[in-house]
Parts: sequence; C-alpha cells; structure tokens
Amino acid sequence: MSEWRRACRESWRDSGSPRVVVNAALLIVLALVPVYAAVAGDPFATILFSRILIMAIAALSLNLIMGFGGMVSFGHAAYLGIGGYVVGILAKEGIGSGFVQWPVAVAASAAYALAVGALCLRTRGVYFIMITLAFAQMAYYVASGLDRYGGDDGLTIYHRSQFDALDLNNATVFYYLCFGLLLASICLVWRIVNSRFGLVIQGARSNEPRMRAIGFPTFRYKLVCFTIAGALCGLAGALLANQTNFISPALMHWTRSGDLIVMAVLGGMHAMFGPLIGAMAFLLLEQGLSHVTDYPDLILGPVLLFVAIYVNGGIDGLLGGARRG
Amino acid sequence: MAEAILEIEGLTKRFGGVLASDGISLALPRGELHALIGPNGAGKTTLIGQLTGEIAPDEGRIRFDARDVTALPVYRRSQLGLARSFQIASLFPEFTALDNVALAVQAHAGHSFRFWRDARREPRLREPAHDALMRAGLAARADVAVTELSHGERRQLEIAMALATRPRMLLLDEPMAGMGPEESTRLLEMLRQLKGGITILLVEHDMDAVFALADRISVLVYGRIIASGAPAAIRADAAVREAYLGEPDEVRQETWNG
Amino acid sequence: MLYLTEQLLNGIQLGMLLFLLAAGLTLIFGIMDLVNLAHGSLYMLGAYFAATFAAWTDSFVFGAILAVAATLVVGMVLEMIAIRRLYGRSHLDHVLGTFGLLLFFNELVRLIWGPAGMTLSLPSEMFAAVQILPGLYYPAYRLVIIAVTLAVALLLYVLVMRTRLGMLIRAGASNREMVGALGVNIKLLYTLVFGLGAALAGFAGLMQAPILTVQIGMGENILIPAFVVVVIGGIGSIRGAFVAALLVGVIDTIGRAFLPDLLHHYLSENAAETLAPALSSMSIYLLMAAVLVVRPEGLFPAAGR
Repeated sequence: MSEWRRACRESWRDSGSPRVVVNAALLIVLALVPVYAAVAGDPFATILFSRILIMAIAALSLNLIMGFGGMVSFGHAAYLGIGGYVVGILAKEGIGSGFVQWPVAVAASAAYALAVGALCLRTRGVYFIMITLAFAQMAYYVASGLDRYGGDDGLTIYHRSQFDALDLNNATVFYYLCFGLLLASICLVWRIVNSRFGLVIQGARSNEPRMRAIGFPTFRYKLVCFTIAGALCGLAGALLANQTNFISPALMHWTRSGDLIVMAVLGGMHAMFGPLIGAMAFLLLEQGLSHVTDYPDLILGPVLLFVAIYVNGGIDGLLGGARRG
Repeated sequence: MAEAILEIEGLTKRFGGVLASDGISLALPRGELHALIGPNGAGKTTLIGQLTGEIAPDEGRIRFDARDVTALPVYRRSQLGLARSFQIASLFPEFTALDNVALAVQAHAGHSFRFWRDARREPRLREPAHDALMRAGLAARADVAVTELSHGERRQLEIAMALATRPRMLLLDEPMAGMGPEESTRLLEMLRQLKGGITILLVEHDMDAVFALADRISVLVYGRIIASGAPAAIRADAAVREAYLGEPDEVRQETWNG
Repeated sequence: MLYLTEQLLNGIQLGMLLFLLAAGLTLIFGIMDLVNLAHGSLYMLGAYFAATFAAWTDSFVFGAILAVAATLVVGMVLEMIAIRRLYGRSHLDHVLGTFGLLLFFNELVRLIWGPAGMTLSLPSEMFAAVQILPGLYYPAYRLVIIAVTLAVALLLYVLVMRTRLGMLIRAGASNREMVGALGVNIKLLYTLVFGLGAALAGFAGLMQAPILTVQIGMGENILIPAFVVVVIGGIGSIRGAFVAALLVGVIDTIGRAFLPDLLHHYLSENAAETLAPALSSMSIYLLMAAVLVVRPEGLFPAAGR
C-alpha cells in the first residue's frame, strides 16, 4: 500500500504540474456531468459523455498496443463489434443477464484477438497495419451476413444488460458505471505499462532485435498484450451496445478503426490520460461543429491534418512536463 | 586442453553469389579470450550473426556447451548464456542507462508475465543493474536517457548490458571502435579481468588490444580462417602477413611490425 | 464455360481499375514513404469532375480529359499545400493527416455537389453487346475499360522504363536518399509523382462511373482492396501492382460468382446463406494473408526495400 502512495506522489511530481492539473480537472468535470445534466435539464449531456467514456476505454485499449507497444492495429474496431454483437445476440436469444453477456463479450474478443494476433504479429510495419485491417474487414463481412441478427441493417437491443443491483436503463447509473470502468481501465493500463510485462512491451517497441538478443521471446509477450487490448475493447463494445441499444456491422468498418487511431494519436500516445483527452476532443469537436455548421468535417478534417503536421505528441504533448511511461 | 565451450563445424553462408562464410571451423575452450581479426568484408560480422542466431547458416553446426544450437532462435541462445555486444550500439533510446541494463537483468530473472508491480522498483532488477553500471564506470549517468549519452558512453553501456545477462560466453563485435584512449584502457582492463571466467570471442581491428589480450587469434579472410593459433605464431605467419600487407594501411603495417 | 469467361473478363476489368489506383499508391508509398488514405478521395473527385464536365461539354471524352486534368491539378496542389509536410513523419502521423483529408473531401463534395450522387451517362451504343465469342455477348463499354486501361498501363510502362523521369522514379523507389544526393529537384519529383498518382486515381474513378457509381464515400470501399493489391504486389513495384491487381480482380470476381453455389452444394442451406457473402468478400484478404506467409515482402518488392 505504501508503494501506491509513493507511486502517486512520484507521478504527481514527475508529470509536471500542468498535466496533473488538467487531468484532475478533467476527472472532476466528468464526475459532475450528470449533476450538470440534472440541473440544466439537458439529459443529452449524460448520453454524449457516456459515449465519450466508452470510446475512451476503446482508445485506451488501442493505445496499450499502439502507443506503448508500437503495434499499429487498423482493425481494433472489430473488438467493439464483437463485444457489442455478443450482447446483442445473447439478448435476442433470451439471455439478458449482464453477468453472462459481459464476460462472454470479453472472452470472445480476447479469443479473436489471440487468433488474429498469432497470425498478424509475424509481420511488421505497413504489412502489420494491412493485415490487421484485413481481419477487421472479415469480421465486418461476417456480421453483415448474419441475417438472423439484422445483417447490414443491424440489430436493435430492446433490453439493456441486466445486473441485479444496477439498472442500466437509468442514464445516470449507466454513466457512473462507465466512469468507474474507465477509471479502473486507466489504472489497470497504468500498472501494466510499468510492470515487468509492460517494460518488455515498451522495449520491443523501442528495439525488438535487442530485446531478443538479451533473451526475451518477444512474440509471446506481444501476443498476450494484443489479447489484453482486444479483451478490454470488447468490454467497451458491450458498453456501447448498451448505450445505443443497437449494434450494426458499420461499427466495425475500417473507418471506425481509423477513428480510434485518431483519438489515441490526438490525445497523446505516451500518456495514460491521452486516449481520454483524444476521445473527448474528437467527439466534442464532432458534436460542436455539427451545431455550428452543416458541414462539420470541412473543419474537423483540416484540424486533424493540422495536429498531424504541427503537434508532436498530440494534445498531451502541448502540456509539456516530463514524459512518464 | 580445457573442454570446448563453443564448437563451430564447417559453417557456410552464401549471400547470392558471395561466399561470406566458407566452411569455418573453430573450437573455443572455456575461459579463453579468442580474437578474430581480418580485413574489412572478411565475414566477421556474418560469423557473429550465425553464432547469435540472427543469420541461418547454409551448412554446418554450432555447438554451445556441448549442445547443438544451430537451429535455436536468438533469444534462446541468450538464455543459454551466449551474450553479444553490437558493433553499432543497439540500445533503447527513450530509456535511461539504468533502465537499459535493468532490462538485460530482467531477461534472465525469471519470466516477465508480471502485470502489477512496478518493475522500476524491484530491487532484484535494479541492484544488479546498478552494479553493472558501476563496473562500466557509468554509475553517475544511471538516470540519463540514452539519447543524452556520448558515443563512448553508449559503447560502454552496450557492454554493460551484455554483461548484465551473466553470460558464459561473450561475443564482442569491435567494442573499441570509436572509443577514446581513456575508455579503451578501461575496457581493456575490464576484459583482462573477465577472461578466464567468461569465454570471449573478440572481433577487433585494434591490434594493440588484440595482442595484449588474446590467448589465441584466428584470421578470417574472404570467409575462411587462414590461420589460427597463439599470437606470436600468427604474427610470424607468412600467409597472414600477406593478407594484411596487401592492405594500403600504413598504420596497420606499423602496428604489425611493432 | 461462357459464364466463366464472362466473369473472367469482369475480373480483368476490375483488376485494371484496381491497378490504376494501386500504381499511384505504390509509387507514393515507395518513393515518398507516405501512407495516403486520401487516395480514394482523388478517385471520387475524378468521377465527380467527369460527371460535371461531361454534362457541360455534352461529351464523355471531353469530360474525361478535363476531369483527369482537374484531378492532376488538385493532386499537385494538395501535395504542395499539405502532403509534403508529412514526409519523414511516422506512418501514424500520415494516417491521422490523410484521414483528416478523407473526411474533408467527403464533406467538400457534399457541399459542392450535394448528398445525392451523380450519374455519368454514355451514348447508348457503348452498352450494346459485342459478340466476342460464339454465344458470348459482352457490353462494349466494359471492353473499352479493359482496352483503355491497358493502354494507360502501357503508357505508364513506357514512362517509367524509357524516360528520364521514369528513371528517377525507379531510382527513388529503391533508394530515395541517393536520388536526393544526386542533385535532382526532389520537391518537384515528389509533386509530379503525387500528381501522377492522383491523375491515375481520378481516371479510374471516371472510367468506372458509368457502370458503377458516383457518390460520396465511394473511395473508401475501393481503397482497401487497392492497398491489398499494393501489399501483395510489393511496395514500390508497378509490375507487382499490375500482376497483383489482375490476381485480386479475378479472384474477387470469380469468388463472388462461384463461391455461393459451391457452398450451397456442400453445406446446409443456412450455413451457405450465412457464409457465402462473407467468404466471397474475404477472398482477397485470404489471398493477401497467404502471400504474406510465403513472401512477406510481396511478390515483386522493389529492390532495396
């Protein structure tokens, strides 16, 4: 326990004040969203921010393998889809309990990640990007062919996952569940990244031949990391299906994987809170621009281009301070 | 003769039309410091590559500690005690010097499927890493990122990392290259202390170091070992002199005769 | 047998279109090391320009020529304003930046041309069936596509193999630093290469417009198969792109034509119904996976890669 306190104190000190302040402020703001929604009579805020929290979990899972592991997966949205479809299919078949749906969603995503990773991780660079994309497209096509579960049109989920104590139909309850899961995920990823396992993953990104030369069988570590990331994203998929009461193959289209990559890069790939910041920035920008103009992407597009060209390290890079893994 | 820790038999490697290794055979007894010299392009790095497992030989066998390792992957050979330092320093740039060495220690300190505990606070990893840095004279630079280290410091870190894996045999690929006089002397001293305990295969161009340290020397020319034996014998060997005197390198001639 | 021949021809036609896209992509990736997700947008612009200009000039041919010119200009301007600032950056930065361009162009097209899409019509003789084999009738226009794109491929071959510019392109594909060191105006070369890629993409877009579609987002669907072609063929190799494009085009078409029947033959009704569309669409990805297992650098990797 004292190790915890020491670690927190060190993080506080090492990260540099601006970053810590921003992250803390962010958490406070997010914690108060349902309060604001109730006071201002704007229930949409809770819905919008639920989505942001869920996508933040998905982007966080991608960042584990991409930012820290150097594995650029262009097929990560597949796990959102798998997690979502497990919930949708089980719901349709009469299994409404979240205690069954969610673990199966996570397990199914982990299994797919394990299979895909075992094949893809033998390649590198742009070949890895392409082959992960190919497997995501395969999942997309399989889902499109599931006539019983909506095919191309998608599947409506009439009842959200049932947990005895929690009523997920209550938007506020659902929001705080997502919030709690996001915090837990950030904590989990933080611990993983700094553990022995995490250092192997980071070392493999930094200089894989050297890692093998000093005695690490890097393939199996990368595969386990890939699987963990897939599993976490599957959880996000289960949450997403609940949030929209709907699941469709479009969620697994490669452009959705592109969205996830954008969120991770935008927020800053070497920071724990990067994916959250990126998800927020991307989704709020999308939302805000659509209020201002009928053609939001005319601005969003160039903004992404600008960030790609001029901002090194994403939004987190703008906060400066020591870069702590 | 002490039992051989490394036996190379008929190692052959072709790259397209070029015969980089031509039936190389060599046996290294335990604790020997064996120098491998030869003109540029002779195939020294290719040989090291085949010993570590990065390059697969077309023919031949490699036995390490009486075990056939010819088909074993790179990481496996490292786990068996065969360490290597790279000719061009191959480090982890974003990490500190201490982190670099600690990773080498970690590779040989059990498995790394530990997901929770902060590895940078594990005494089992950090203490041996600190020791290795001290022995390499880099203790003061422990928390400096590799990108901030000087060229010479990076070479020293290279070797510290190789040593941190507690190897039984060390493959050193031109460790002196680019080192200043003070660093070279320190490295010389370190190698002198290591030999006898660890078997060392030293690829070097620095003839002073080679003749000062080596128990035996092998000369590699066009992928073949043209001579192998005690330093004095190599110095006197006619074929070797021709191979070297053929080089338009006056300094090398000086060193040879000196 | 006739059906097979017909599908084979369709496959070749698809392959030729894919080649036009893949050639540009492989050059841009091979020479400038740039992952360009906006390539599909240039394909889309070609189709839209052609539809517009053909309507203005009342001629498909004039419309096509103007459209290729317009796409070429757009490509070069884009390179000078935005793309060149991404050179030397990580592939992730490329993905982020060109993804932004992809979103931008989709929205721009929607602003200028509206959400509904357009049509590009041809004189009706073009769709008359030509008898190419006893009993086999094939639409004239599809033959035109094959013929014209083959001609373009030939021109590209001559350009790359027999001109000075082509020599610089080939040199750049295998060693870009050297070409810069030789004192060549690298900036201009890159702009020209990008423009060439854009023109090829635009040309592919307008050629398929009369038989397929002119709509927003059309680039996204063909971009991935184009990337698959580049990967299978080997990055930086136009010859590889040609072979791979034909392979992918034929396998995809034949797969979609025959696989459902094959599956129905061997599997239950339900299983076949579910698997057929998925497997047909997957065939090119399975092909890519198979190629990468045997030859991880593609079929004809450019030297030095």
